[in-house]
Amino acid sequence: MLDHILSILIFFPALAAIFGFMIQKDAIRAYGVSVAAIEFGLSLWLWFAFDGNVSGMQFMENLPLVPSFGINYILGVDGISLFIIVLAAFFTMIGIASLTDTPNEKNMIITLLFLQMTMVGVFAALDAIVFYVFWELSLVPMLYIIGAWGGPLRIYASVKFFLYTFAGSLVMLVGMLFMAYFYYQATGVWSFAILDWYRLILPENLQLWLFAAFFVGFAIKVPMFPFHTWLPYAHGQAPTIGSVILAAILLKMGTYAFIRFSLPLFPDASAFFMVPIAIIAIIMIIYTAMVAYAQKDVKQVVAYSSISHMGVIILGTFALNVEGISGSIFLMIAHGVVSGALFLLVGVIYDRRHTKMMDQFGGIAHVMPRYATIFGIMLMASVGMPLTINFVGEFLSLLGFYQQSHILTLLAGTAIIVGAIYMLAAYKKLFFGEVTKEENKNLKDVNKRELLALIPLSIITIWLGIYPKPVLEPINNSVEAVVQLMHNKATSDLAKERIPNLVEEVVVITKTSVQEVH
Amino acid sequence: MLAPINVSLESLNLMTLAPMLIPVVGALLILVVDLFKGGLHKSLYVVISLLFLFMDFVALVDSSEIFSQSGITLGVFNLMLIDGLAILSQFIIVIASMLFIPLAMTHKRFHEFSYPEFFALFLFMIAGFQFMVATDNLILVFVGLETSSLALYTLIAMHNRDKSFEAAVKYFTMGALAAGFYSFGSMVFYALTGSVEIHQIAAILGANGYADIGYVLVAITFLLASFAFKLSIVPFHTWAPDVYEGASASMAGYMSIVPKIAAFVVAMRLFEFLIHSGVVWLEVILYAFVVITMTAANMWALVQTDVKRMLAYSSISHAGFVMAAILIGTTQANTALFFYWVLFSFTNLGSFSMLWMSRQKHLPDHQSSDHSYDKFAGMIKTAPVAALIMGLFMLSLAGLPPFALFWGKLYMISSAVTGGYTVLALIMALNSAIAGYYYLKLVVYMFMKEPVMGNDGQVYVSNATLALKTIIGIAAIGTIFAFVAINPILEFITAFVYNSGY
Repeated sequence: MLDHILSILIFFPALAAIFGFMIQKDAIRAYGVSVAAIEFGLSLWLWFAFDGNVSGMQFMENLPLVPSFGINYILGVDGISLFIIVLAAFFTMIGIASLTDTPNEKNMIITLLFLQMTMVGVFAALDAIVFYVFWELSLVPMLYIIGAWGGPLRIYASVKFFLYTFAGSLVMLVGMLFMAYFYYQATGVWSFAILDWYRLILPENLQLWLFAAFFVGFAIKVPMFPFHTWLPYAHGQAPTIGSVILAAILLKMGTYAFIRFSLPLFPDASAFFMVPIAIIAIIMIIYTAMVAYAQKDVKQVVAYSSISHMGVIILGTFALNVEGISGSIFLMIAHGVVSGALFLLVGVIYDRRHTKMMDQFGGIAHVMPRYATIFGIMLMASVGMPLTINFVGEFLSLLGFYQQSHILTLLAGTAIIVGAIYMLAAYKKLFFGEVTKEENKNLKDVNKRELLALIPLSIITIWLGIYPKPVLEPINNSVEAVVQLMHNKATSDLAKERIPNLVEEVVVITKTSVQEVH
Repeated sequence: MLAPINVSLESLNLMTLAPMLIPVVGALLILVVDLFKGGLHKSLYVVISLLFLFMDFVALVDSSEIFSQSGITLGVFNLMLIDGLAILSQFIIVIASMLFIPLAMTHKRFHEFSYPEFFALFLFMIAGFQFMVATDNLILVFVGLETSSLALYTLIAMHNRDKSFEAAVKYFTMGALAAGFYSFGSMVFYALTGSVEIHQIAAILGANGYADIGYVLVAITFLLASFAFKLSIVPFHTWAPDVYEGASASMAGYMSIVPKIAAFVVAMRLFEFLIHSGVVWLEVILYAFVVITMTAANMWALVQTDVKRMLAYSSISHAGFVMAAILIGTTQANTALFFYWVLFSFTNLGSFSMLWMSRQKHLPDHQSSDHSYDKFAGMIKTAPVAALIMGLFMLSLAGLPPFALFWGKLYMISSAVTGGYTVLALIMALNSAIAGYYYLKLVVYMFMKEPVMGNDGQVYVSNATLALKTIIGIAAIGTIFAFVAINPILEFITAFVYNSGY
């Protein structure tokens, strides 16, 4: 069974969703929670069976799909994708468990289970076409979630979300077809397998074009400035569960794909575009942080802060060294936990008051002390307070980029300050002061169902903030392999200079670990 | 004194005629049955047509076996040419017809199906298409083209509504013009080379090094215009939306598939040698046709308020997309053309059948046309299964993986990449994104809007019978599970196209 654990992880929720049509309406939530819990258990088992010291792919599966055209159903995980899969399973579980009363609950839960299939599929796929299939398929459930359960502008928001991503991915598809064609020219065999592509060294001018084609697809998904305009709409209109999954998992597809495709396939182009992309990332960090400060709607504050943090992830990824990339992967997980939790928290007050405008609140700390505490923890994590999960990721990402450019890193570092400003300002408006509105005086504190989701998230936030090693180490091992591959493949001097050769660095790392032991 | 002509029967190779003669016999049988006893129920004729189509299919399987063993076969004074293209396109024609004819078994009574002539004409039309694709003689192509077109005009007019007559007359006039263009173009080729066979023309033109390039261009222009009419390439497309709207939904779906594949095959035979002979002008004009057809038809589809008209424009856009294969002209591109069309016929026939199933005899007040978008509002609440299937067809047409048409698009864009048409590949990809919007519009109406008052979902299945549901079920299963069949279909088509020398 362990041989096919990835296929099971992908198709179990889909199968369960199909069977879900037979379940009676009242029982669907229990069904959804049990399916998601089994899925989460399976993902934990995957983590348990995963050998953290191996840097390559594990639990590989290979099945010919269209052999004459080189399309195979290839799956596998390494340290980079493992934790995002676990995170996806975890968020689907708590998402369904904490789902507040929604109309058509049955459709919602079935849609979520389908969405889970596509999410796991994207992170487990090692064939470009299989990856593309899941990547595109994930749009449909999200389109339905936003479009059917969203706010007043839901149709505009959902269609914008779909078309924006769809257009970008089609450009990426053309890039993939070119990549396969170059592989065919080089070897005489068609192949879409990513691991095959890794072996291909392309001339730099081709790399630049292909990098650009893939970049369009990924950048829209992340979303990077200036392609980010769909996200505030999607978050603004989506129901709580939609925002949570979108922020926690779906956005990570873009940043993950950068690490899986762009960096190892096009090392020279990555080094070439490092500075422009870093500048875009810094614009993203500072600009969206300032926009977040100007928002009146608390959900928009969280949405823009989410974009801002995605900028740090991009910056870390394009540091092109082990610290930066490991940090960005860790930050993906951290960002998933923290922004997912923040969207859940916004959902809590929205359910009670049916408004997200901050001027409608104030002084809630008096009425909802437990809520204020958890919100406070998550806020501190979002700001990047030491001993919280975000700090580790942000610190490593910035540390990684510091080795490439001091000034740009300094600019990016200001984001943490700006982040503190808008987050604390929002916190002040919501929680401090006197309770001015009559409606707020009798708000109920968080109930058990909500705690069920929020307490585990708080625990993870602090646990991984204090002791990130169990997650960081497997990530680090896989990232080292990626960086070494990039260094070996790089042909231009610029890339050789920017991408470190790890043969020396390995020694340094073992030294530090020895020091830790003493 | 004329010397007596001695032709041995074997050299005629009459077996090459078998697939075309079977539907002709079927049509005659239907007429004979009607002579003896009129007024019989349509189910009789549907089943007879199905049986003959099935026999036709078996004959095709036979000739495909002969082809894979001994290659291209000529027959009947070298008029018939049974190569891979002929066999593949006949398979598509016959299978699409088999999927179409049970759609006559509607729950409501429609005028045209009560006439046995409808079914006889239908079978004659199929024979016409089969002749058209199984020859490289320009005259026989013309005969096949006219047989099938005249039958098709009548079939459209038999729907017996004002718009149907308008559609038939419009189609007829345009078709007559195209036929004139076609015969004029062929005449110029005959004048230049003294032959009406395409490979002969190619050989003679090649031998004298395209000395009369001016005349060749005139001939190409006329032939191109006539094919553009048949394939509804912009700017020769103006008839298409009106004709689709006037014809019944099932007939419109059929028209978007079968006549076009026949025209594509003839175009492929003709333009194959012209493209490779380096007539630059032709390449430029085809490039322009492809890009304009894809893009403009997509833009028009965006603003339609009726689903059937939207699908009509989307079919035009798909035809433009596939036309790219003729421009690229490599084996992979020609394979992609057939591959795309196989997948497209499943999905498109499915979506038109869904419209057909919801056809009302009288329009309610709130509805401006037969299949306006409003009609489908909130369908998920009133008829969830039908809405899911319709949504599936829409997503497949939009090219969303892993549904059928995605694989066609993938292979087609890949052939553009391989053929060195990078910009074209990007334009094709971006057009798929534009197309996503109007397909999504229907999905939005079905899944995210509230149903119109008084709509209890009955309207969507008002025409449903077991036969219709079966056809839609086949189309839906074909659309979802296409990825299983991709590899065998692709290998089959590649082998046939490659062995025919295209």
